[in-house]
Parts: sequence; C-alpha cells; structure tokens
Amino acid sequence: MKFGIVVFPGSNCDIDCYHALKDTLGQDVEYIWHDTEEVKEYDCVILPGGFSYGDYLRCGAVAPFSRVMDAVKVHADKGKLLVGICNGFQILTEMGLLPGALVRNKNLKFICDTVALKVENKETPFTNRCTHGQIINIPIAHGEGNYVVDDEELEKMKKNGQILFTYQENPNGSVLDIAGICNENKNVLGMMPHPERACEDLLGNDDGKFILQSIISFLEGGWKSE
Amino acid sequence: MNNYDAVGLTRDEYDRIIDYIGREPNELELNMYGVMWSEHCSYKHSRPLFKHFPTSGEKVLQGPGENAGIVDIGDNLAIAMKIESHNHPSAIEPYQGAATGVGGIIRDIFAMGARPIALLNSLRFGEIEKYDRVKYLLEGVVEGIAGYGNCIGIPTVGGEVYFNSSYNGNPLVNAMCVGIIEHDKIHRGNASGVGNSIMYVGAATGRDGIGGASFASVELTEESEEKRSAVQVGDPFMEKLLLEACLELLDTGSIVGIQDLGAAGLTSACCETATRGEGGMEIDVLKIPRREKGMHPVEVMISESQERMLLIVEKGREREVEEIVEKWGLHAVVIGKVTDNDKLVVKEGEKVVADIPAESLDSSGAPKYYSDYQVPEYYKEAKKFKYNDIKEPTGYNEVLLNLLKSPNIASKEWIYRQYDHMVRTNTVVKPGSDAAVLRIRGTKKGIALTTDCNSRYCYLDPREGSKIAVVEAARNIVCSGAKPLAVTDGLNFGNPEKPDRYWQFRESILGISEACRELDTPVISGNVSFYNETDTHAIHPTPIIGMVGVLDDVEKACTMYFKSEGDIILQLGETKAEIGGSEYLSIIHHLETGEIPFINMAMEKRVQEAILEAIQRGLLESAHDLSEGGIAVGLAECSMEKGLGAEITLNTNLRRDLELFSESQSRFLISVKPANLDAVARILEESRVPFRSIGKVMGNKLQIVMNQETVIELPVAEIEELWRGAIKCLIE
Repeated sequence: MKFGIVVFPGSNCDIDCYHALKDTLGQDVEYIWHDTEEVKEYDCVILPGGFSYGDYLRCGAVAPFSRVMDAVKVHADKGKLLVGICNGFQILTEMGLLPGALVRNKNLKFICDTVALKVENKETPFTNRCTHGQIINIPIAHGEGNYVVDDEELEKMKKNGQILFTYQENPNGSVLDIAGICNENKNVLGMMPHPERACEDLLGNDDGKFILQSIISFLEGGWKSE
Repeated sequence: MNNYDAVGLTRDEYDRIIDYIGREPNELELNMYGVMWSEHCSYKHSRPLFKHFPTSGEKVLQGPGENAGIVDIGDNLAIAMKIESHNHPSAIEPYQGAATGVGGIIRDIFAMGARPIALLNSLRFGEIEKYDRVKYLLEGVVEGIAGYGNCIGIPTVGGEVYFNSSYNGNPLVNAMCVGIIEHDKIHRGNASGVGNSIMYVGAATGRDGIGGASFASVELTEESEEKRSAVQVGDPFMEKLLLEACLELLDTGSIVGIQDLGAAGLTSACCETATRGEGGMEIDVLKIPRREKGMHPVEVMISESQERMLLIVEKGREREVEEIVEKWGLHAVVIGKVTDNDKLVVKEGEKVVADIPAESLDSSGAPKYYSDYQVPEYYKEAKKFKYNDIKEPTGYNEVLLNLLKSPNIASKEWIYRQYDHMVRTNTVVKPGSDAAVLRIRGTKKGIALTTDCNSRYCYLDPREGSKIAVVEAARNIVCSGAKPLAVTDGLNFGNPEKPDRYWQFRESILGISEACRELDTPVISGNVSFYNETDTHAIHPTPIIGMVGVLDDVEKACTMYFKSEGDIILQLGETKAEIGGSEYLSIIHHLETGEIPFINMAMEKRVQEAILEAIQRGLLESAHDLSEGGIAVGLAECSMEKGLGAEITLNTNLRRDLELFSESQSRFLISVKPANLDAVARILEESRVPFRSIGKVMGNKLQIVMNQETVIELPVAEIEELWRGAIKCLIE
C-alpha cells in the first residue's frame, strides 16, 4: 500500500501530508513531482494544499494542465483513491473530477481557524472510521473555500450521499454548509479543511486521523460498503 | 537642484565621493552612492551607537553584519532571525508595502542557508476609532502580510498590533522571519575566490522600487503619494520557487556566497558581497534580465524589484546551478566575476559605466554622523504627574470592559485569523498566548517567539521603556516555558537630525543594551528606520524587540489560559502605585503622561528564572505576565480561552484603581494544582520572589473582591464576546 503526494510549484502542504502519513501513521509515502508522467504504483494519490502556480488566475486553474495530471485522471478513472485537500479540492473541481466550484469566502478574507465538522456519510473509503453525525475538529486555511454548485447537481449529490462533511458554523458561505464532498463513485474526495494538520496531540488535536485512518482501513481491505 | 541633491546627498558627501574616486562621479556612480549612503542602507546616524549592543556570546554563531543573525539551539541546529521595517512603503501602498516587507525578510533568512519556519509582524497604526484612513491601512497591511506569507507557505505565528495617535500619519510595519539551519550549512554573502562567477537568479529587473532606500530615508510629506513608484510589487509564488531552488543549490556545495537583492538592489548586493569577500567584482548590466526595453543602467542598478538573488558560484559549476534553477522553472545567468582589485566595476557591454572602490560605497565608506542630542521638555514635564490628579472612577465592571474593548488590549483574532499560522504543522502554541511555540521536527525541542514594545513607555522614558521592551519579550518567552536566547531589534524613530529625536534613539539603544546584557540575550541582528514623522510630529520611539527562546522539551510548553477549576492562582511580584504611561490612564483618563513603572533588573531575573524552573518541572498549569491593563486585564485574559472564571481576593492599601490597573513590572499570574502548591512556593521562596495566593479558578464568572468589597463581577462569556469582537466592530 502506497500513498503519493503530488508536488506542484507552489504546493505548501505536501510536507504536512507526508509527515502525517509517514511519521504519525507509519505509511509508505512518496512525493510525486508535477513533471512526471506515471502514477501507477500508488493506491492513493493526494493533491495537497498550497497555491499551485501561485493561483494568480483562479485557484487551481493552472494545475490541471500539469504534465502529471493525465496520469492522475487515469488513476481516478480506474477507481483508485484520489484526495484533494484545500487547493487540491479546488484543482479537482477545475478538472471536473468533482462537481461544483470554490469561490471567494463570503467575508472576502482568508480564514485560518479550527472548525467543527459533522460527518454526513460514514459509508465511504474516507469516513468509515467515523460514526454517523460525528463532530470532528479540523483546521481550515483558505481564501476561496465557498462551495457553489447548481441545484440539480446538489440534489444528485444529496441522493448519492456525496456530501461527506458539513461545517457546524459556516465560515465561508458554502451552500448547505458543505466542507467536503466525493464523486458519485466515492473514490475521489475533495475537502477544504486540512486533516493532515490535526494528527498529533502536541498540535492540539488529532481528529484528522479519523479521515486518514479511514483511508488506510479501506486500502487494507478492512472496510466494505454496507 | 544640484545633482547630488537629487540623489539625497549633501555637498560634503559629494566632496567625499570625489575624494574616493579622484574625479567627479558620473550619473550612474552618483546614483549608486545616493542609494548606498542613504540612511536606510548606510546607517550613518545610527552606526556609531551600535557599539553599545552586546552582540556576542557562546551561543551566537552569527552576529550583526550579515543578512541575518544566528543562534545555537543545540543538537547541531541553530535559529536564524531578523526583523526589518517597511514603514514608508506601507504608508503609501499598504498591501504591497507590507507584502514586500515580508518577502524581503524571508530572503534574508534563506540567504543564510536557513529554511524559513515562522513569520511574526509588529504593527503600529494611528487612532482607528477616528480615521477611515487608519482602517484602510490596517486592512491593506494585514491582507498584504497574509497574501505573501500564506502563499509562500510559511506560518505567521505571532506579533503585536498597537494603536496610538503618534502613528496617525506614519504606520509601522516590521516583519520578522525565523529560520532553522544546521551548523555546518551556514552560508554568507561573500564574493570570494577570484574568477568565480556572479550569477543572477529570480525575477527580471523592472522599474519598480526605484530609489526605495532613499524614499525610506526622508520624512513622509503630502508629496509622498507621488513616490508610489518607489514601492515594489511582490510575487510570493516566485519567491517560493526561489526559496526552494536556493536551498537545493546550497546543498550542492557549488555556492560560495549568496545575497538577496533588497534595498538599493544590485548596487547593494554587489557592493556588500564584494567587500565581505575578495574586495572586487565586475558585472555587465546588459546581462541582467529585464522586464522592459530601454532601461538605463541607473535603473537596472538601483531598481528594487523583488524576488531576486545574487549567487557567487564556484567557477566551472555554472551549468549545475542552471539545471537546478531551471527545475524550479526559473533562470540563472552569469552577470560577472569576482576580482581582487577592490573595485566594483559596472560595464554596459564593453563600455565601463561605473568604476568605484567597493568599500567606499558600503557603510564603512559612508559618512558617520554623531548627531547632537538634547533632552526634550516633555520628558521632565511628564514626571510631574501624580495619581492624585485623577479621580478614582466608580463602577469597575465598566472600567474593565472599556479597557478590554480598547483596540490595544482587545483580541487581535480578526487579524491573525487571516494569517495561516498552522502550515508546516509545527505550531504548538498558536497566536493569542504570550509567545508562539514551534516544535523542531526530529528533536524533542521547541522554540518560543515573540515581538514586544510598549512605545508609550518608550516615549515617556526611552531608556527605561526600552529596557522594559526587552524584559517583557523575555517574560513572554519564559511564560511559554522557554529560555530566552537572543534578540533582533527593529528600531523605529523620527528624524535623527533633530536633537530631541536623536536623544530618544540614543537613550533607547542604551536601555536595550543594558537589558540584553543583564538577561544574556545578545542582539544578533536588526534594522533601523528613521524619519518616521510627518509635518507635525514624530512617532513614539518604537524599538521593537523580537526574541527567540528554546525549550528542551516542547511537550512542557505552557500557555496563559486557566486550565481547570480548583487550580490556585498566585500573583508573583508586587503591585505598586504605578499608573504612569498605563493603558488605564490613556483609555479611561485620556492622559499619556507620568513616570513609567520602575524596573528592577535583579528582581526581574529572579522571577523569570523561578517561573522557568517551575514550568520545566511541570508544576504550572498556566503562566502569564502582567502588562497593559494590570492585574484586572491579566485575569480576564487568562479566563477567556476556556471560559473558566476565577474567584479573586485582593487585600491592599492602594487606591482601588491602582491595585487593579497598575502596570508594575516583574509581575506574573500563575495557576497551580493544589498538590503542586508547596513545591512552587519553595521555588519562589528560594528565589526570593514575593508572591501571594489571590484565589482560584472557579465557575464562569470573573469575580474580584477587594478589602471585603466586590469590585468586579462579570460573566467570562460577556467579557469574551466584547474583547473578541472589538477590532472587527471597529473596522466593520
């Protein structure tokens, strides 16, 4: 079982994901340079937070054209796990791998804080170690995390259980308080909060482990959808 | 206007140039001297006083004079740090002014070979309640700091923000950066090895920031708005690439020296590296990548375009450098070579366009001024204040609430919530407590970081006020459980050519020097910003003290917040009738006067050592130093984070407002589990620290009973709502 973390120019949270998975959870993990053509050996690929290519145009707008992204798309199309955190989530919506888009926070400011999330669906590879309705505290750090999507798509997402996390107190104006979603096939996760920042007591909170451990359980075959 | 006037030099200085080069300088040469001999680059008014600073010590690996200072934290690791001002640019263009201030100080850190791990910002603004301009500046500065720091992925973990009328026309923006480095990886800005190549890497050179150093060296006037072109524009993404590329390059061993292009751009970088190295350098301006056509050599040489570095590369390894730089999507070009003729020669193709003795350009060649100083009238006048001159207020609940919602004491959450303070997952104590604490990955260690300065104290008594700035920084470090190690100082003052301002500066340097010597925290780097004044007045003297401390066991980090009911609260140190220069006097009585609190360095050291020992032995639940707003505000601050109240009894002979709001020095509030009380008391007694038990953590109200009468009784929730929302309320 192997995790791969894509490093774009301007990725900042690549190192945080690496440490959380390797040092805290003891997983096999490697960085994937954006200029690579293959990602075959990875079971789960992570698009980390940061400001890929500076995000000067629109958050996540340039990264989909990176050389590595064709292979990442093939990886996801095969049903393997793909996780986008923060900027990674923005990239996944830009690529159309996840529905909707992320626009500027309602208050027009960058927000860094730890917020309470509610787990809306535990029957996924990303949430199976959580309980339904569980409240977990996870940090956010974004200027453009306000999730928008058209009504028709939203209905579909609700019906399919694609809304995985909602904010208890909406910080950014997201529709239905959405903090994280998955695709219809439930192998692609996008979330604005940073689980990798909440994996150690020393840093004040290890609720992020619920999410990363869920992924590990799934990959180990210890979890099957009911 | 004479040609030397136009570049900000005097006739005497012009004559000095002629002496150095034996002829009249040409336009380019004159401009190079103009920027290098500006106050900002040459420190011509401040340097003579630097000799007072203690700058060495067994832990100091690099003192002042390089891009940043470096202090040893053990385990073959060291901390690089520096603070720098970007006041004038921020007064004109707050977003870019602040953003490029952050960018510049980050480059100073990685130019030493260190990986930047934290940013702090010390900000001063005018009266936010009165002026929309102040709100605009605050919003712009905070967004600029956030825009740069968040994008480059370095957490902004601390700092301070104060408001005072003296900053109405001239805000202060001081950015501090801290980096981590292994002892054997320290690099310096030396152009050594004759024949080695000078390479330029990073952004192309444009017409932005032309004459920025000179602009920073005059007072702000109505016409300053027109100098907007002297403000640079930041590109944090470019800097992120530059940072990663440079750190990778430094690991190859091909880099002999490295220097960032900051104030005075290429001129300064070439001159400084040359004088630190073999003494000479030759470069060709035509080789410098440019943003636009038709740039004159003067523009190329003094432009302050951001995100550029100068590398001195071992001859023959240029291709290796190019490859790494290109991997990061950047370009590196050879622009010249190291020579040993002690000259900085600038060519335009084959034509020599400047030929100057390198040393004459830099601060050793610049003139030094020993200005006259004079004790200002206000200094003696202020000492006449007696507290009997003011009436004791009625209704202490209201007084406390008014203090808590005043912008200097109110929560700065609205500001630091805009900064990513967690990225890189090392932040153990987040903004809001006394100091930020970061763990050092791969070790058990942590570092504590803070910036401090009570400029009202420094105005009323620059020497004692500056001492207090140093000890208060140390108190914040100690309350976090760390041992204070070293200081970087950001010295912000008015026009040094005016005797009263120069007196403030001189007194302040002497105060900092004394306190740093006493606490064994040498000054390892710093920055001076003069001319912070407008047509009508100067800013309060503002010597910002940035301090780093080390924790051997980061798990022992302590915060100021009360932890659980039943814990006993002790006050260390004695409360005296000292409200001169206090926040209470300013907010409640609208007075900025009086004799500031007395600081006894011997007592201060004993209290700090006792607290540190108690924290390191795991005996304290919380520790907080008492500063603005005295014990009443201190208790409220300890209560808020967890919503835990306190039942306090204060028996006193002082007038009630003095007991509650005096800012007497060397005082702390600690909370202790009953089981640890004896052990803590023993430490305090052995250290001869006066202390008293004043109550316990209990309930959800803050209640203070004084001499059998309840003077304060407020729900913590009410206090917190007001305190947390005050700044947001003022802005929106």
